[in-house]
Formats: sequence, structure tokens, C-alpha cells
Amino acid sequence: MAVASTENAIRSSNFTRVLVYLTLLLFALFYLLPFGIMLVNSLKPLDEITGGNMVALPQTWTIEPWLSAWSTAQIGVEPTGLRPYFMNSIMMAVPAVILSTVVGALNGYVLTKWHFRGATIIFGLLLFSCFIPFQIVLIPMARILGILEIAGTTVGLILVHFVYGIGFTTLYFRNYYAAFPTELVRAAQIDGAGFFQIFWRIMLPSSGPIIAVSCIWQFTNIWNDFLFGASFASGDAAPMTVALNNLVNSSTGVREYNVHFAGAIMAAGPTLLVYILAGRYFVRGLMAGSVKG
Amino acid sequence: MGFLDINGVTKAYGAVEVLHHVDISVEEGEFLVLVGPSGCGKSTLLNMIAGLEGITSGEISIKDRVMNGVHPSKRNIAMVFQSYALYPNMTVGQNITFGLEMHGTPKADRDSAMADVAKLLQIENLLDRKPGQLSGGQRQRVAMGRALVRDPDVFLFDEPLSNLDAKLRVDMRTEIKKLHQNLGTTIVYVTHDQIEAMTLSTRIAVMYDGYVQQLGTPKEIYDNPANVFVATFMGSPAMNVLSARLVEQNGALHAVVTGSEGQDIALRIEDAPAAYGAYKDSNILLGIRPEAITDPEGADRNARNVQSLPNTVGVTEPAGSDTFVTMTISGKDCVARMRADADVHPGQPFDFAINMDKAVLFDPKTEERIGA
Repeated sequence: MAVASTENAIRSSNFTRVLVYLTLLLFALFYLLPFGIMLVNSLKPLDEITGGNMVALPQTWTIEPWLSAWSTAQIGVEPTGLRPYFMNSIMMAVPAVILSTVVGALNGYVLTKWHFRGATIIFGLLLFSCFIPFQIVLIPMARILGILEIAGTTVGLILVHFVYGIGFTTLYFRNYYAAFPTELVRAAQIDGAGFFQIFWRIMLPSSGPIIAVSCIWQFTNIWNDFLFGASFASGDAAPMTVALNNLVNSSTGVREYNVHFAGAIMAAGPTLLVYILAGRYFVRGLMAGSVKG
Repeated sequence: MGFLDINGVTKAYGAVEVLHHVDISVEEGEFLVLVGPSGCGKSTLLNMIAGLEGITSGEISIKDRVMNGVHPSKRNIAMVFQSYALYPNMTVGQNITFGLEMHGTPKADRDSAMADVAKLLQIENLLDRKPGQLSGGQRQRVAMGRALVRDPDVFLFDEPLSNLDAKLRVDMRTEIKKLHQNLGTTIVYVTHDQIEAMTLSTRIAVMYDGYVQQLGTPKEIYDNPANVFVATFMGSPAMNVLSARLVEQNGALHAVVTGSEGQDIALRIEDAPAAYGAYKDSNILLGIRPEAITDPEGADRNARNVQSLPNTVGVTEPAGSDTFVTMTISGKDCVARMRADADVHPGQPFDFAINMDKAVLFDPKTEERIGA
């Protein structure tokens, strides 16, 4: 064969290859279309949208809608823009992701390497928490947040997401550590390492892929959550998703669609970024242990 | 009291006892091998010495200090695992010094200890590599280095060679033996490979079904097996165990076996222990090692009681250094070990020479040795 372009020796014809790429390209375009329209409309003046041509490129390019959405748009009653709420979401998501990942890793470590009576039942119950719908926990959670006097605050939301995430992160780490050789833990025990030393020095450094999975999963869920945000944090403490809703549903004045589009992209930005930066670890982590390395 | 004492130790999981009342005393500098088939309890016993498994009853002590309930890191032992168990995120150097670091040894001492061990095992050029970049033999060395650097009272080896290919295994076996000779350390070594057990050990504990079947030097185990299990487990090819009848002819005891043509062959036993008398005119099991059945020219010149065993050759298997000949005795295959150039042909009658000095007798019911 003149050019070995594929990894195996079976050569498909050029026609097939063109067809495959064309199909893939078409689907990619189809999926990107909504995002494209959002982007395009967030960069035009409002009168171009209300003029009725949503799909066309802007005649006048402007970043005014972005600036407005970020710092001056009317959110509820205050003209603050989305900025403070974006910060709220960061302040909520980052600690909640870190806490739930660390606790999930610890749980996985204990459940697989420190056998104790009832471990299976406890894991089963933790797993069960993955399948409880959000709505069921709303009222008990509100009561608990009230008792702890953190209702309506970012700290309250951190607690909610942290607790809700433990089930998932435990599942990830338990399955990952189940394939982790127990002899390593025993060797470390003989070497004199304690419970936390084994965790920090032996287990965690080998957990890169699953930490990535846990962080991406948790960050996406927490960032995109609307229900808990709307239920447990009102006003100044509201997260980005709730603020975006308030922006779009403002009942006074003209509906600034271009500003809404810009705000929506801002709200989707961080999760997109996380996927682009760490997406390959996500696949790698999910596949870990399934194939003998 | 020995250096490492295992006193009436049992292990039970719930109601199931997997290790029954084990008594072994190991002297300082001894190389004890625990050998047996899978599931015999040898690894469990090793893990109990290491402190990785609890002791159900009995007592394990090292240097007269009772170790029941003592944490593995406080027993001054080191262990080499079957999978090597090297920490994948650390370099070879960090792997070797991790134990010292955990025990609070100062950095300077750790480094000098590491340098000594690396020199001893010739792994100085590997110290900055990660375990993933090493070959099987190199990993094995690092695992031993990690054990050696601690300068422990007792070394525990859990089937350390079973992941290596055949040739490397033989090389590493010699290395371990050399190491033991040079350092004079006390070693407990678990294996299912009887050749490893024979070559490495100063003493062997043959285990089966949770019992120590026999404890003794390699020579004792090989020449004077306590029962049929030990006799057939140790040695390759395995010892021939033939059903025979013990009769008295001309004032001497004879073991009578049946040849491949149905003929009776009487084999005279000299200097019979008194215990044999009780089995007169009853069935016994006659144990004879393949190397004790040869061609007449190849027979041991120092043997006093070499007898003729006329029989028909079944199969010949030339192995280069020896030729293994299979024939039928008392309805079972019986292997003889001949010189490589012995003149034997399948289907031909042949006058085998059997060295009855080496024959051992077993009770057919209990399979225990008679007159041991």
C-alpha cells in the first residue's frame, strides 16, 4: 500500500471516507446551530433582532449586550448585571465540588480497602441517594437549613450540593479503588503508613482520572442546578442560573433579547470550558479498569 | 525458644477453620519455606506473621516478643509481595525509602541506606525511574530493596518469583539464595513451587489443607516423607506410590508388586524397621523415587540393596540430561529416571535396577509413613 493512513490494513475507498466526513460535519453543524444563533444574536443591536432576522450575521457588530448582561442589566429589581451572581455560583460550586470529591474519595477508600461489617449496606444506601429525585428532599432540606440558620445563603447551597453529590462521587471512587491493588495498601501498612498517609501518599496520587471525572460531573451538576438555587437561595445569594432566569423574566421594559443571549452564554461558559479542558480525562476515567492496562 | 515462634496458631473465618494448630519454631538466620498447593493456608500463615491477618488462637512471637495484635509496622518485619506492590506514583528511590520516611528516619540516613541497598542489588541506575518503566526482574529487585533497606528481623516473601518468566525465575532464585548466604537474614518464604522450596530453604514446612504435613530439612522431606501427600508433592517427577503386598520369604520381608504382564515381582527389604512386622501379609503402599529405578549400569554404586525388576518398557521421554521411562507396575504408571544414553526401547522387556534402600512404605488407609 502506498500510504498507510489507517491503523489497520483494511483500506476503505475515498468515496466512503468523504461520505463519512460529510455526514459527521453535517451533524456537527446541526448540533452547533443553536449555539451559533445565540452567539450571533448576542453580538447585534436589539433592533436587528426585533427587525425579524435572527439567523443573519450582524450588520453592526457590538459587544454592548455582553457588557450590559455582565454589569448593568436589570436582575429582578437591581440593575447589577449577572456579575455578582456569577461570583455566587463560583463561590458555591468550587467548595462544593472540592468537598464532595474529597469525601467521595475517602468513602471509596474506606469501602474498598478497610473492610468492615455492613460496608455493602452502607454503599448500597449511598448509591440509593443517587436516585432520589431533587424534589423529594426539598422540604426536609429546607428544614435542616433553617435549623442550621444558613437558609438563603451561599453556605447553605454549598452544604446542599456537597451532601447531594456524595452518593455519586462515592460510586465513582469506590469502583475505581476496587480495581486498585490491595497489596499496595498492605505494603504501605508494613512500611508504617497510617490511614491518612496511605490515602494522601498512595491512593490520591494514582487517582487522577477519577478525580477529573468526579470534578467535571459535580461541577456541571452544581453549576447548572436551578431547583436548589431557586429554593434555598434568594435575592443576593442566588446562583447564576436563577439570576439568568430573573434577567430573562424581567417584567418591566423592553425584552433585550441580545442581552439575554449574552447572559445565557455566560451561564453556560464555565461548564463548556471545563469540558474542553478536561473532557479527555473524563472518558479516560470512565474507561479506567475496564481494559487491562 | 526460637527466633520466630509460631505456637499453636489457628485461623478461622467464622465457623470454618482454615489453619489448624500450627507449631513452627524458626532459628535466627534460617530460611523457612512454606510450600503447598493453592488454598493450603501458607499465605494466610505468612500474613498472620506479618500482622495483616488476625490470629484466631495461639501465639506468634519474634525475638521473644509476642506479636498478637501488634501493628505490622511495629513488628520489624519486611515483606516482598507477589505483585511486588511498588507504589506507582513514586520513583524507585522513593519506593525504597518510603518505609524509613514513615518511621521517621532522617533524610541523610535514608539516602545512605538507599545507596547501600541500591549498590547491593545493582539498581543504582534505576533510582530515578518509576516502577512502570521497569522490567519484571528489575521490579523484583526494587521490591527486595524496599524490604532490605529496613534491616528487619524477619523477611517475608509471598511467592515473589511466580510472576517472572522461567529463565528469570531461576536467576532470581539464585540471587535470593546468595543474598541469604551473604546477609544471614531470617526468611520465611511462601511458594507453591517445590523446586524453589528444595533449592532455597534450610527448612521446609509442607502444608496441605490447613495442616503442616511435615517440617524438616529439604533432605529429610525428600528422603523421609511423612505421608503420601508430602512424598508425591515434593520432587519432580513425583515419587511413584505403588500398591504392594508385604510378605515374608526366606526369613526376609518382601514387597510384592505386579509387573505389566501380570507377573509377581518380589522386592526384598533389608534392615526392615520393627513397625513393618505389623503389616506382614497385608497391603501397603510402596514409595519409590524415579531416580531409584534405573538401568543396571546407572544404579547407585554405594547402594547396598539394588534389585532387579524385570518389566516391559512403556514410554520413553528423553529430556536431554536424563531419559524418563514409564512402565506399568501394579496397574499404575511408574516412572524411572535413566541416564540419557540408556538403551531402552518402547515395548521391549528390560531389566530395571531398583534401589530398595530408598524405598519407603505407607499405610494404604491413613497414607501415613510406616516405621518413620
